[in-house]
This record gives sequence, C-alpha cells and structure tokens, in this order.
Amino acid sequence: MTTTDPSATAPPQNRGKRRVGDVVFANTARGSGILILAILAGVAAFLIIQSSDSLAANTANFFTTESWEANTRENPAFGVAALAFGTVLAATIALVIATPVAIGIALFIVYYAPRRIAAVLGYMVDLLAAIPSVVYGLWGIGYLVFELQGFYDGLNTYLGWIPLFAGPVSTTGRTMLSAGIVLAVMILPIITAMSRDVFKQVPQGHQEAALAMGATRWEMIRMAVLPFGRPGVIGGAMLGLGRALGETMAVAMILSPALVISPFLLQSGNQTIAAHIALQYPEATGYGVSALIAAGLVLFAITLVVNMGARFVVARRKEFS
Amino acid sequence: MAKRIDVSGLHVYYGDFLAVEDVSMTIEPRSVTAFIGSSGCGKSTFLRTLNRMHEVTPNARVDGKVMLDDMDIYGADVDPVEVRREVGMVFQKANPFPTMSIYDNVIAGAKLNNKRMGKSAADDLVERSLRGANLWEEVKDRLGKPGAGLSGGQQQRLCIARATAVEPSVLLMDEPCSALDPISTLAIEDLIHKLKEEYTIVIVTHNMQQAARVSDRTAFFNLAGTGKPGRLIEMGETNKIFTKPDEQETENYITGRFG
Amino acid sequence: MTTTTRPQSTGSAGDGPQAQRSIRGGSLPRYAPPAVLAVSALVASGALFALGSFHLVTAGLITAALYAVVVGAASATVENSRKAKDRLVTAVVYICFGTAMLPLVSLLATVVLEGITRLDGYFLTVSMNGVTPSMDAGGVYHAIVGTVAITGLAALISIPIGLFTAIYLVEYGRGRLAKAITFFVDVMTGIPSIVAGLFVVALWMALFGPGETNGAAGAVALSVLMIPVVVRSSEEMLRLVPQELREASYALGVPKWLTIVKVVLPTAVAGLTTGIMLALARVIGETAPLVLTAGSSAVAINWNLFNGQMMSLPVFIYSQVRMGGAVNMERAWAAALTLIAIVMLLFLAARLISRLFAPKLGR
Repeated sequence: MTTTDPSATAPPQNRGKRRVGDVVFANTARGSGILILAILAGVAAFLIIQSSDSLAANTANFFTTESWEANTRENPAFGVAALAFGTVLAATIALVIATPVAIGIALFIVYYAPRRIAAVLGYMVDLLAAIPSVVYGLWGIGYLVFELQGFYDGLNTYLGWIPLFAGPVSTTGRTMLSAGIVLAVMILPIITAMSRDVFKQVPQGHQEAALAMGATRWEMIRMAVLPFGRPGVIGGAMLGLGRALGETMAVAMILSPALVISPFLLQSGNQTIAAHIALQYPEATGYGVSALIAAGLVLFAITLVVNMGARFVVARRKEFS
Repeated sequence: MAKRIDVSGLHVYYGDFLAVEDVSMTIEPRSVTAFIGSSGCGKSTFLRTLNRMHEVTPNARVDGKVMLDDMDIYGADVDPVEVRREVGMVFQKANPFPTMSIYDNVIAGAKLNNKRMGKSAADDLVERSLRGANLWEEVKDRLGKPGAGLSGGQQQRLCIARATAVEPSVLLMDEPCSALDPISTLAIEDLIHKLKEEYTIVIVTHNMQQAARVSDRTAFFNLAGTGKPGRLIEMGETNKIFTKPDEQETENYITGRFG
Repeated sequence: MTTTTRPQSTGSAGDGPQAQRSIRGGSLPRYAPPAVLAVSALVASGALFALGSFHLVTAGLITAALYAVVVGAASATVENSRKAKDRLVTAVVYICFGTAMLPLVSLLATVVLEGITRLDGYFLTVSMNGVTPSMDAGGVYHAIVGTVAITGLAALISIPIGLFTAIYLVEYGRGRLAKAITFFVDVMTGIPSIVAGLFVVALWMALFGPGETNGAAGAVALSVLMIPVVVRSSEEMLRLVPQELREASYALGVPKWLTIVKVVLPTAVAGLTTGIMLALARVIGETAPLVLTAGSSAVAINWNLFNGQMMSLPVFIYSQVRMGGAVNMERAWAAALTLIAIVMLLFLAARLISRLFAPKLGR
C-alpha cells in the first residue's frame, strides 16, 4: 500500500472509501495466511491433546514396545517400535528403487528423448501422480502381487543367502517388498519432476563447455548436469521419502501385517504407522483411538523432519543459482 | 599441432530455414582469423559448424565440406566428440563449471581421455595450461577454490586454459571479450597473440578495433536482407580489409555506413 | 548376431591409436543398435517360449538387459571405453523410462479391463442400500454423491483460504509473517493424509464428543490437504502476472484491492482455475482421511454433510477390497474405473483450460 499513493491524485471524499476497501481486502488476505498457520498449529495441538490420555495410561514404553494392546480401558500397553521400523523400511525400499529410475527418467526427458515428444513423455510420467493411491492399492492387491510371485521365487532361489530375501517366500505376495514396489511407483513422479526441473535449469553454457572439450553426452551429463542438479535431486528424493512415509492405502491394502520387526522382505509381516491407523481405527475402542492418534503424532513428526530437510536442501540450491 | 581448415560450399540450415549460405574459405594455421559483421549475420552460427557444436541446437544441420588438414570433419565415420577434441571452443560468456575448483576445471577435459593421469602429470598440465593462459600467477595460491569466484576476465582465461588443456589444434572463440571490461579484454588479446604460436585461432567479434588489433586475416559476413541467409562477403589480410576492401559492402560496414 | 560385423567396421575405420591423433575412431555402423535390439528381442522371446513361460514384461526386461550388455561390449571392442559407457548409459536411461511406463500402462489396462465388466448405467445409478456384500447387485451412486458433496465442501473451504493466502503472499506479504507462511505451507504439503484425518478426529472429539462421523468432517480433513496445493499453484500463477500491468492500473488511480480484483485475478484466471482443478483431482482420490472421518460403512444415499456417515468412491473401493469376495473385487474395479475417469477428466480439463485461456504474456 505504500508503493502507490492514490490519495495524491484522488479527491478527498473518496479517500476514506478506498481505504476501507483496501484495508478489508488486505486484512482478509492476511487473515487467510494466519489461518493456515493456525490450522497447522491446530493439527499439532489437537494430536498432542487427544493422544495424551492414552500415553498417560500406557503401561508399556511407547517407543520401544512392538505390540499394540490399546483397545481397552484397563492397563493399555502399546508402542510404535515395530510400526516405526516398518514405516521407515517401506519408505526406504521405495526410495532405493525409485530414485535411480527417476534420475534416469529425468535425464531421458531432458537430454535423450526426441525433443518433439519429450513434453508428452513428461506428461505421461505426471499421470502417474494423478492416479489415486487407493487405485494403486487395488492394482497392487488385485494384479501386481500375483505377477510378482514368480519374481520373488527367483529372487529367493538366487539371492536367498542375503537375509533380506530369505525364505520361506510368502505365497500371497502380500509382502513388504510388494508394498515398497508400489510405493516406489507412487513417488517416482515426485522425484522425477524435481530432477527434471533442475536438469532443465543447467546453464546451456556449461553443457556446451563440456561438449566443446570433447565430452560424450554421458560425460557432459556427469561433468555439467549431475553436480549442478544434485541438490535438486536430493530434495526431490526427500520429498518422495516424505510421501512414502505417510502413504496409507497402498500399504494397508497390500501388506499382510504383523507387529514385528522383521528384515525379511519376501515374507509377510511388518506394518507401517499409516496403514496401522487406517486398519485399526474402525475397530478401536477404549484407549484405541487416542493411542492411534499418538502413533499419528509420531508419523507427523517423522514426515515433518524429512520434509523440512528437503525444503532446506532445495532452498539452499536456489541461493546458489 | 596447428591445423589448416578448408571450408567449401557450406550451407547451414535451421529446419527449412537457410541461415548461412555457401561459405568457402581457408583458415591458415598459426594465425588469427577474425569474423566480423553485424548481429545475426551468421558468423557465430558458422563458427559453431567448425567443431560441430551447432549439432547441440535442435534441427540445425549443414551441407558442405569442412576439411581439417586432410580430414573431413563431416565424414561418415567421424565422431563429433573427437572433432571437438581437435577443435576447442571458448564462449561469449565465461562458463567455468561452478561445482569444480579451478584445478578441476582445467583438467576436466584432459581427464576424459586419460583417467589414470598421475598426480604430478596433472599438476604439470594445470600449471602449463594456466601459464599458457596468463593466469598462473594470479591463481596459483588458490587452485582449490571454485572457479566461479574469479573475476570475469580471469574466468574467461580459465576457460581458455581449460580448452587448451585438451591440446586441440584449433581454438574457436565466440566473442570472448564482449562481456569484459577493457583491461580484461586487453589481457585476453595479449593471450591470443601468444596462443597463435601454437594454435589456429578463429575469433568472432563485434568490435572492429579488436579484429584489427588481433587478427591476421579477417572475414566479413553480411545478410543479403532481412529473412535472407548470411553470406561471406569478403575475406583477406586484415590490413587490406580495413584499408581498401574489394567490396563496397565491406567498406560501408568498416566505415560505419550501412547500405 | 550383429557383433559379427565387428571386424569389417574395425578394418575400415579404426587404425588404432597413433602418435598423430585422429578424429576418426572405430565406430559401430549406424544400423548396429537397432539390429542388436531386434536380435535381443528375438533371443529373449525365443528362450522364454522354449522354457514355456513367455511373459511380455519378462521378455522386455531380458531384451533390454541383453541389448545393454551386447551394445556395451561391442562398443567397448570396436570403439573405445568412453563411447561404450556412453552407449551403456543411453540404454540404461531408455530402460528407466520404459520401466516407468510399465506400471502406468499395466495399471490403466488392468483397471479398464477389470472395471468395464461391471461398469454400466445400473452400477452408476444405484446405491448399496439393502445389498449384502456378496450379493450380485448394488452400485456406487451413494459413493458418487458422497464424493461430490465432500469434495465440493472441501473446495468451498479451501479455495477462498488458499487464494487469499496466495494473494497475501504475492501482493502484500513482506517480512517474517510472509516467510513463515511460505515455509509452513511447504510443511503442510507434506502432511500425510492419514494425519490430516486424525487431526479432524481429534478436533471432532473435542467439539462433538467421540465417535461423531459425518461428511463435513471429511471435507475439513480434505481441506487441510487441499489448501497448501491451492496456495502453491495460485501463488505461482499470480507471480506470472507482469508488474507493469499493476503499475499501469495504479497510474490510473485505481486502488490496490481493485487492481487485484479487476486486473491481476482476471489475467491469471486460467492458471488459477487449472491449479484448483489439479488440487481437486488430487484430493478427490484421498481415502485414508475419509475412512477416519466420514466413515467406511455407509450404504445408502446421504446428501446431508452434517448427519451420518457418508460413502465416497475411494473409500468404497477400499471397503470392497477389505471384504475380499469375487463380487466385491468386481465392484472395486468398476469403482476404480469410475474414479480414474473422473480424475482424468479433471486433469484433461485443467490442461485444456490452461492451454485455451492462457493470456498471451509473451515469453
């Protein structure tokens, strides 16, 4: 409001009227912004308040207990140890699979695909992000797990000596690895989009400098593109991680859960916080709901840290360029 | 090391658009050849065809022949990557890799072909290249610092050092001084004088005094009209081009009259 | 195999490294890569047929791997290691893209093929009222009603808040408050959807006591997820409006708020609409928060957002899958097809709007 001063040219009687319009409008805008801060504070506050009575009544250590005996009014004993482990495990599998593929896709779209169809191909990757997670879950449980069965058998036969792939292989395919693979597909477009954006911003001059000294296309990418794009890729991967940590439906529908800490990806077992909440909530009684809110608070905290880290990395890159 | 470039009947197209028409010229080794002409007349475009850098631009293609000594750089089994090792390039805007130190910038290209370069060999190459680019004394104490921290003129000399470290036989310079102040420009011009002992140098410049100062031979490009392709109007000894050119068009341009 | 052409091509071109560097290197003939690809495909499918376990995806993967190995090896012998690496990376990058297309194509194909068997006029126009889970009857009308009502209310809440916040950030925001809002909007985009659901559960527990589920609760939960998306996209669009337009308006003596309403918003309207539709497309498929807030067992048509459970398309899919019978899976696939169709329509409409009505701002 200070950059232009309408009062200088406006007749005095209109001044008050204009001020009112401006003040109301500016304050509405400001109020909306503040409301967002209030909502976010509210999310944290209500989760803390509503989880406190179950946490106070909990007879077990919340952070080290694996089991979940919360649906009672008498001496509930529950903890997030197994859930937190499962959450991190599922997200890690997704990240390990998705990140290299996403970098490849981003490089493909920016540097390898014929220019005329590159935009269309990029759009197709974006379509992956538009598909609702419940549909991914349906596809996973109704189609993919059957297709993966043979692959899992092979994996176990040849790589079974690695504890991760130890048998006996689940006969339903409803395993941690299946959930991780579906999560990987879901976060692929997020990481791809971020990587694609930074790769596009690599100055033409640096690419030409590399080519002019006789670099092949790959050497040009390694010399000029990847170092420049690294923070963006890392930021994108962390955003993808945040999404994978909080994803509910795909895991809830695919994984055959068990509240244990198990490193065996080809067997049923493990569970994530988000899926646990979705599955348990309809049947929660006693301290159940409050305990689930406590679990949600842990998830909120984990994703908050990861996302803030991602934003920090991305923001630092912006200062560079 | 320096090689002769022989261009005959070269046309450059962007898609269907003919950008440069029918250029034939000989660029002598161990000499500086300047390309002058108004903006958009195709001199930079033409320069980029001499090491196939135009292929980076989508839809750009050439028709014609460019011989590097006795080798056709557009021959069927010629790899553009190898061409660019022979014909290096320095750009209008200095473009050291921002994520690399001065040291790493210099050996970036040389490392591509010789991965197992020993530490002392690499040190030697860096010192030689930076001395060659008249930059050694200024940066020898901060080789580990990022190249982006240097001044504009120093960055451009770093880019020249980086290009020469690959040991090309030809060095193409696309308006290397247009973003620099007069003192830095002078430093680069001194360097060009020195470099022509070893290299074939081609420089595109907007600055006619610069062309007169640094070049042995000058080629004048002009547009036949708006929307028409650029052409080579005249090429000859710099002295002659600037004093008594054969073509009226050249004289108009040199004397500041546009016809 | 094409590798047999190696000697000829080496003989004609590769003179080996000499003291004098040559710009010619040995190079694979231009037809080599496609030929290797064709042969790899043949070998892969042939081997799989011989083993009696042909599968298109497996064949594709083996073909790709074979291609990468053969081309890499051929290039390493005929050309040089640098070029071999370049070709290998090229192959890998193409494979990455192909890998990403696999799930997309597979998912869309499966949903269409499985969903089409049950998706008809009947399915879209009846509810599940009075239908037992395993009965060969019932449809998604009540879920569509719920989805429209809940997302509609969520949009009604989110669009004004989101838009005004974006206006604040672009037109007014300076200093710490704007910085804080920008940061926390980013944080908010990262809130897991289930946490948004839990937040409303906790809020409703405080306001109305435990166990209260209705459509409005679902809409509030979706708003928590939708607001940051609206803010982000609107902010981006408003920033694209050239400063000169605002200044031109100020110079005419128009007050700031009218400048925003009459000049800035109309200029950006296409982009704003696109962003809002994409935000809608995103929340319309949200499941987890609705399971917690709007309930997952409603079977009848319910237009009342403030009374009783409300079914929605995503929750319908989820609860049918949980039931697990053959008929339930059929219903789930058909509902998934319906949902995907709606999302794709929103997506396409958004793209069309941004393409057709984008103001010509020049580049």
